[in-house]
Amino acid sequence: MTHSYLIAGFGGQGLLFAGKFLVYKGMLEGKEVSWLPSYGPAMRGGTANCSVIVSDEPVGSPIVDHPDVLMVMNLPSLDKYEDAVVPGGTIFVDSTLIERKVKRTDVNVYYVPATKLAAESGMTTLANMILTGKIMQALGEYDQAHVDDALHHVVSAKHPEMFDFNQKALALGRDYQE
Amino acid sequence: MKGNEAIAEAAIQAGCRHYFGYPITPQTEVAAYMAKRMPKIGGCFLQAESEIAAINMVYGVASAGKRVMTSSSSPGISLKGEGISYMAGANLPALVVNVQRGGPGLGGIQPSQSDYNQATRGGAHGDFHLLVLAPASVQEMADLTMLGFDLADKYRMTAMILADGTMGQMMEPVEIHPREIPECDKSWALTGTKMQRERNIINSLSMDPYDLERMNLERYERYAAVERDEVRYESYRMDDAEICVVAFGIAARVAKNAINEARKQGVKVGLIRPITLWPFPKAPLKAAAETCKSFITVELNMGQMVDDVRLATECKRPIITCNRTGGVIPSAAEVYNAIMNAQKGGQAE
Repeated sequence: MTHSYLIAGFGGQGLLFAGKFLVYKGMLEGKEVSWLPSYGPAMRGGTANCSVIVSDEPVGSPIVDHPDVLMVMNLPSLDKYEDAVVPGGTIFVDSTLIERKVKRTDVNVYYVPATKLAAESGMTTLANMILTGKIMQALGEYDQAHVDDALHHVVSAKHPEMFDFNQKALALGRDYQE
Repeated sequence: MKGNEAIAEAAIQAGCRHYFGYPITPQTEVAAYMAKRMPKIGGCFLQAESEIAAINMVYGVASAGKRVMTSSSSPGISLKGEGISYMAGANLPALVVNVQRGGPGLGGIQPSQSDYNQATRGGAHGDFHLLVLAPASVQEMADLTMLGFDLADKYRMTAMILADGTMGQMMEPVEIHPREIPECDKSWALTGTKMQRERNIINSLSMDPYDLERMNLERYERYAAVERDEVRYESYRMDDAEICVVAFGIAARVAKNAINEARKQGVKVGLIRPITLWPFPKAPLKAAAETCKSFITVELNMGQMVDDVRLATECKRPIITCNRTGGVIPSAAEVYNAIMNAQKGGQAE
């Protein structure tokens, strides 16, 4: 079993962080993993993305050209990567930020108003993790012990309060029903 | 851990306590990691005023017989060329890391392998080589850094890690363990005579041509030993291969995906991945030229390593090139198409 994730949106939305969380979770579950960010003059407001691979097999190329899981948090990213998703793959859309629907009919789609949910629960910066929670639930990979374990690795020890917020955001995404 | 950070931590575990550098994308995490760690372990991190200053500081510490490194990306390595040549002339061991980006000139900042020729031909004036190691995973970023220090000491020459922006920026699991540093005679080092011995001289200037020739001949005797004993490569699905893909670093990772896809279609294709770019794995390629009907080279440049493949295979078999340049990475689909093209007996477009 291999999952190739492409996580894309604006810089500052925590896309690289969400990818890092998924890659740590995979590693702690004993999978082969890789994480590759876009890098360069991208900054808050610019476009950013990361490729994440979690697999039972050794990872070949860390570059994800054709994801089976696409998470998008802005319209340009959906426009750019919608056609790249493999048939039968899944697209997770932040429907607060992206008004249009996915055109493809051969993929699964989840619309989650993550940015709105985050704002309503006082966690404005954690829409990324709400979507990530939905991804894990939809893929049947939401295992609380591994989730917590991975969060301990990616949340800075200087901000222990962020652990609880991230945990809550993930659960919010997991429990969201359209 | 990011590839760049793995290099830095591995260097520390290999006993390197001196780092001199100047920031440049996409390798800056090496310097950032060193800046954090070195003061805590009694080492020296120094952000020099320029690349040229940094490489000359490396020359200084290497002269004292200590493990030392610098890192940069393509344009910065060109600036360091003069110092690298001086270190070769003075027979100084050190580690230089090049996390390549697109060129020429200031080029871009995306991943590239376009410094292959520069690295494998010494990279500056004079008769010399660097021992060039090309990692293809974050684990190898660490392992080859440690190996680089060992081999540099053993052969009294500069070793280079030739990585690219992808290798530097990506994260993978990595294990870096403290290890024993092999014993190495450094009686040549400038450690102070304490009035107990004759003075040592470290210098790259020799006005007597016969003397300079003798020194160059001696250096090339060491190079011959490196070529004999230190060739490293990975052979992947080559047992029954009729098509041989040759690629290093990130290009080899992409090629593996394409090879596995082509294998599903029944195409007998494998990969030879040079790990040492100098010394180049000539023997396995020569052997492959006996059993394979064609070769494919995959590079993030206009085709540089392909010349070494031609030499190693003595131009016995057709070679299809699959290259992207300027910071673009060939896709697995492009490599797959090249494989299918080779299967049909076609030539490169």
